[in-house]
Amino acid sequence: MSDAPRVLLSRLRAFFQKERLDDEFSEELASHIELLAAENEKAGMTPEEARRVARMRIGGREALREVHSETQGLPILEHLQRDFRYTLRSLRRDPGFTSVSLIILALAIGANVAVFSVVNTLLLRPLPFPNANELVWIAPPPSGCGLSCATYSADAYEEFRDQSRAYQDVTGYEAFTTADNMRVMGRGEPEPATAIEVIGNFFQVLGVQPLMGRVFEPDESRGRHPVVLLTYAYWQRQFGGDPDIVGKGIDLSGKPLVSESPSTNARPAVTVVGVLPATFDFGAVFSPGARVDLFTPLDLNQERDWGNIVTLIARLKPGITLAQALDDAKRVAPDIYFNVKYPDTRGNYKDSLIPVSLKDYVIGKLRRSLIALWCAVAAILLIAAVNLSNLLLARTSTRTKEFALRSALGASRTRIVGQLLMESLTLSAGGALLGLALAATLIAWLRRQGSLALPLLDDLRIDLQALGWTALIALFTATVFGLLPGFRVTSGNLQEALKDSGPGAGISRQHERVRAALVVAEVTLACVLLVTAGLLLRSFAKVLQVDLGFRPDGAASIQIDYDDSAPTADASVAKRMAAFQQILAHVSAIPGVQAAGISDFLPLGPNREWDSPLPEGRSIDPKELPNPLVYVVTPGFVRAMGIRLRGRDFNWEDGPHSERVVLINASAARVYWPNEDPVGKILVRDKERDRVIGVVEDVREENVETGTGSQIYYPVTQQGPVSAQLVVRTTLPPAVLGPSVLHALRELNPNQPAAQFRPIRTLVDRAVSPRRFFMLLVAAFAALGLLLATLGIYSVISYSVTQRTPEIGIRMALGASVGQVRSLVLARTVRLACTGMVLGALLSLALSNVIASLLFGMSPWDAFAYLGTALALLMVALAAGYIPARRASRIDPIRALKAE
Amino acid sequence: MSPQHLELLKGTLDLMVLQTLQAMGPLHGYGVARRIEQISHDAILLNQGTIYASLVRLQQRGLIRSAWGTSDSNRRAKFYSITPRGSRRLASASQNWEQLAAILERFFAIQKEVLP
Repeated sequence: MSDAPRVLLSRLRAFFQKERLDDEFSEELASHIELLAAENEKAGMTPEEARRVARMRIGGREALREVHSETQGLPILEHLQRDFRYTLRSLRRDPGFTSVSLIILALAIGANVAVFSVVNTLLLRPLPFPNANELVWIAPPPSGCGLSCATYSADAYEEFRDQSRAYQDVTGYEAFTTADNMRVMGRGEPEPATAIEVIGNFFQVLGVQPLMGRVFEPDESRGRHPVVLLTYAYWQRQFGGDPDIVGKGIDLSGKPLVSESPSTNARPAVTVVGVLPATFDFGAVFSPGARVDLFTPLDLNQERDWGNIVTLIARLKPGITLAQALDDAKRVAPDIYFNVKYPDTRGNYKDSLIPVSLKDYVIGKLRRSLIALWCAVAAILLIAAVNLSNLLLARTSTRTKEFALRSALGASRTRIVGQLLMESLTLSAGGALLGLALAATLIAWLRRQGSLALPLLDDLRIDLQALGWTALIALFTATVFGLLPGFRVTSGNLQEALKDSGPGAGISRQHERVRAALVVAEVTLACVLLVTAGLLLRSFAKVLQVDLGFRPDGAASIQIDYDDSAPTADASVAKRMAAFQQILAHVSAIPGVQAAGISDFLPLGPNREWDSPLPEGRSIDPKELPNPLVYVVTPGFVRAMGIRLRGRDFNWEDGPHSERVVLINASAARVYWPNEDPVGKILVRDKERDRVIGVVEDVREENVETGTGSQIYYPVTQQGPVSAQLVVRTTLPPAVLGPSVLHALRELNPNQPAAQFRPIRTLVDRAVSPRRFFMLLVAAFAALGLLLATLGIYSVISYSVTQRTPEIGIRMALGASVGQVRSLVLARTVRLACTGMVLGALLSLALSNVIASLLFGMSPWDAFAYLGTALALLMVALAAGYIPARRASRIDPIRALKAE
Repeated sequence: MSPQHLELLKGTLDLMVLQTLQAMGPLHGYGVARRIEQISHDAILLNQGTIYASLVRLQQRGLIRSAWGTSDSNRRAKFYSITPRGSRRLASASQNWEQLAAILERFFAIQKEVLP
């Protein structure tokens, strides 16, 4: 070991044993003096003389001790320690200031850490897969139709996988799974479960290792080896974390979304081959807010004729960039078939195979909101720092004398600034600790928001990075709010301050100006936050007012189980018709039920499309020809959902052998027969001719905020549904009606799982949950900003009233009325607030482009938001100014003048 | 301080202390100070307290160690002794010092020749 670390270690040791070592040194000095004195005595001095000379020879003992302890220990640490103790003492003496500052800091830092954790999880951290940056999502360029347009046929998948050179491997999953599509025969009664079919290499491509057992083999398919993987949560919930689950068979049935009509009713038990780790959450990444319980291998051969059903996910070869992958995709796209059986489908995917990073796909539109949120909390932090700066300035100006005294006693400016910094550091460290606790609570709460459709929420946690961030912002805040008062104090002439501490002293005036500027800055920032919050609030209200195309209130839905297995297609349809008719008859008979119907897909959830029907007798540019979203529904569904209809609804007479009929939505009608009445017209699809019997309004499909393209409804009597969602319109609360509906379903079909009877409103709530989330957060931050700004205004006005007590006294002695004094103070308040407001409005206008991207159906110059902000700010400013104004008007002129 | 007292170069006091302990064996602070004065024929008259800063520095570097003991006159005192590391350091430092001194001597010699 070389000298430096040895010295440091030894100094550190000495720092912690300081008292013992100091005592030892005193003893050593004493013994030194005695030895010296003894020698002097030997030389013939008197004992007193000997001691005196000895003391002289050794030098000033205090100075020696100081040098000794400085050489021996860590003087900087000792100074810090002393400053820290002093700080604690002086903070304890001022509990009001201390607790207000701590609360401000805790709120600001807590909000920042919580938001940082969200931003870090969603935006900064890679997806929870090994080498996640290699993962790409392959989809056509963004369009309005969501997943339906982001899927490919089985043939296309295989061709793309085999022809692309950019990837280690390509995988995908079946995109059109509805929730609770399986029923698991568990403890007594069938229970619903959600299973996703994935291509055999899915977990290998993502790099997910099983917790137990194995993942699927790349060539595994359900037909030959009925196997299943359990998610960790499902394994815990359904099987109590059974450690021997691997290899066991479970009774899993249900309707896989796309399958040939099964010929037998009895299904073999499905073997559990593995359990996935808790860290793997499919829903969190690919389908925010959704729960997935099981994974089964997707049999591509069975899906070959089913059109676009799989998503494409791929892992880039190391070193291959996204741009290279894009070139590669452009190269292979023209050669890819939709279905190799049909040569003319070659090139169907031209320009629609675009790899984007999986992360971008998952986070997508959230990026802007997250960044806005981050800016909002940063503004809060700034406001808090400015506020504290302000409070600290007020505090230091009352302590001017103390600092002047210390300076006169030899403390350097650095030491005084250091002392002030120590105070702000101590405060912000305390605030950071409280803030961390606050953030942890907030995050724990957020994690429990299962219905919040934000990706990766389960991964939310306060990690080392969040702790680092906390330390960073605490340090930043401390420096910002500690340094300014420090410089203000030391830049003034301290000797002047010592001589003249009267309220008219120049330093106070200067302080006041600085503090006023700080308050204006606070109000400015708060104003921007308020305007943004106001705009977001109004946007959210607009979103809630959107005409969804259906009436969510008073309707609820439940996933139902049915069995249409039969030897022939006709028998299958007949069986299904009978089952559905019976179910609807029974459910409609329940008191309180106004309408009931069944559809295989509900709005604002997964969806699918088939192909492009053509209006008979009209030619449409193929580029304009839509791929409508498809719903297979029973009679009564449209009414149960509350969708307005012109024309007639399906009825049970529209049987498998009668004329084929469809309903189309208004958008489809406009494309197919612009300016014509589509009712009675024919749509041609392959060899089928479907007569349009009615036009329904556009139902919001992908989300609430974007409009819908073409939609087409087929009757269950003529097309096969892939699942069945029973929708009931009722006057009763769903919770009340639920048990009777389930009871009716169970009577008809003992296999009916105990699925949830969910109000349709929850679909809408889930769809708007991210917007609600951001709106609420920004509104909370704006409220916090407003509160802090108010506090700032109050403290400055209150302080200035104290400072001007004599002046006010004189004014009153000269005949100023109570009202005049009050308005004097209030005018000053309003001046501060208005300056901040004007600046804030200007800043908001400057930022309006950025803000506009977060809004829905709103101009960023919305007058209501601005006026509301102005009103709110003015009100709180007046409230903040009123208290000091009242105090000012009660000043007793005689006493005020005497004090002077 | 009287004019015949020498100003000490930085670090020379530490070296003297080390050499004293090497030559004399364990000594207390007073003993070290006294030896240095004696050997320099009182040309270096220490403010004896300053010896302790040097002792702390040497101890921090692990070149000497200390232990409480009893002096000849039966007084409790802290005794310092050189460590093996200290001996090694002293050897290299004294060699270094001699070389430096020799070089300086040559420089002073040049100066004499150049001057008329």
